[in-house]
Amino acid sequence: MSEEKFDAIVVGAGMSGNAAAYTMASHGLRVLQLERGEYPGSKNVQGAILYANMLETIIPDFRDDAPLERHLVEQRFWIMDDTSHTGMHYRSDDFNERRPNRYTIIRAQFDKWFSCKVREAGGTVLCETTATKLARDSSGKVIGVHTDRAGDVILADVVVLAEGVNGLLGTRAGLREMPKPENVALAVKEMHFLPEEVIAERFGLTEDEGCVIEAGGTISRGITGLGFLYTNRESISLGIGCLVSGLAETMEKPYALLDAFKRHPSIRPLLAGSEVKEYAAHLIPEGGFKAIPQLFGDGWVVVGDAAQLNNAVHREGSNLAMASGRIAGESIFRIKCRGGSMTKQNLSLYKSMLDKSFVMKDLMKHKDMPALLHTNCQSFFTTYPKLISQAAQNFVRVDGTPKIEREKATTAAFIKARSRWGLVSDAIRLAFAWR
Amino acid sequence: MTATIVERIEDKLYQNRYLVDTGRPHIKVRAHLSPSPNLLALTKICPAKCYELNDTGQVEIVADGCMECGTCRVLCEANGDIEWNYPRGGFGILFKFG
Repeated sequence: MSEEKFDAIVVGAGMSGNAAAYTMASHGLRVLQLERGEYPGSKNVQGAILYANMLETIIPDFRDDAPLERHLVEQRFWIMDDTSHTGMHYRSDDFNERRPNRYTIIRAQFDKWFSCKVREAGGTVLCETTATKLARDSSGKVIGVHTDRAGDVILADVVVLAEGVNGLLGTRAGLREMPKPENVALAVKEMHFLPEEVIAERFGLTEDEGCVIEAGGTISRGITGLGFLYTNRESISLGIGCLVSGLAETMEKPYALLDAFKRHPSIRPLLAGSEVKEYAAHLIPEGGFKAIPQLFGDGWVVVGDAAQLNNAVHREGSNLAMASGRIAGESIFRIKCRGGSMTKQNLSLYKSMLDKSFVMKDLMKHKDMPALLHTNCQSFFTTYPKLISQAAQNFVRVDGTPKIEREKATTAAFIKARSRWGLVSDAIRLAFAWR
Repeated sequence: MTATIVERIEDKLYQNRYLVDTGRPHIKVRAHLSPSPNLLALTKICPAKCYELNDTGQVEIVADGCMECGTCRVLCEANGDIEWNYPRGGFGILFKFG
């Protein structure tokens, strides 16, 4: 293997790595993909929701054989305090379309499938191989990778770093910084198994319809964080993610937060009788636009989570990963076609193509959101959820108190907690960050 | 208030599949007299509870249950508290669902 030189080496077989490898292999480039797990997917963790459109751009007929769980027809947004949830539910039969927009998936199974497509397209996938170091020439240009397998450096014209949020190669080589604790969330997740028909009945679903719940509030104990519940065919993915900086400050145990979420009176009945078959943990990039590192250099590009490409506001990560992987693959192919070498200057094509795509536009739009949520985490994750719950209860409970008194009490509670100025200021800051 | 019964983390990790690279831990804690605040935090926030305080007040790691999330690396690699690597290819956590 050390004798031959590849057009490209892709480090990692997650969403971005598979998208990049597939794109290049299907254009006829000689691609080597390295995966440290026993099989593609064995090291990957996600909620997980698949946005069909991004995959469709890469593999148009993926619905024919990809392992998909349920297509989503209902989304619930919950604001929670310790005993209640106030929710907005959106459900539409429009989502029962011929080519559904969103699916739940199980990553270990999905990634295996995606990796098969890479092989079918002609890519070489080498599992159980950890890339340990980038190889560089005397000028600093990346020329390949070292692995923990016996043998010399494996050479390639370009290395695509699809090594995930905790990627070692790029940070060790000084191509990008290590993620900061305030820019990554630690998510813990359990897989709860239940019979298919029980899930359907509990969530009001038929056949392969699915429902998701995203929940914020006191469940994260004042830390910037979010809980989630996704229905798969015969399992429920339940998890909670919190900023690492917040966990370190408060010393909250992530598995205790997950247990409390599970025992919440709004969640517990949905999981009753389930059998837990896996407990997983993973970091999620949350820094947004301002945390995006240098994306390309001499002989290398970085894609997906390793490049912090995640839209935390819309909870879109794997689709940005797929899009960036595909765009990286296409830019490399275009450079190759015109006989160019993989210099920093030529690879800037990747960045300019990415800038024109929804990936950078969306991240740019929400660039101030992470900082806002981080600096106001007590207000947004404890104070407001409690106030909203009280307000809803005030509205609903009937006990002979005149309505005018109830409404006054609600308003007074908001003013007491945040002051008039505080309420206006929070609203303005939120609006500006969203804009 | 209802009684709080927190499940044991060992029971959670028991569900998972690991291939432990015996004798080659992929994370090491640097020798220290007293732990830094971040290192101390790991005894609480590591999702696999790999880090624990020993009797003499130092933080120790048993990385067998590690899910390779990187939380400890993000908090403690830069200041030299720990030395972090991925396990050798094929070893470590093997998610069935992920």
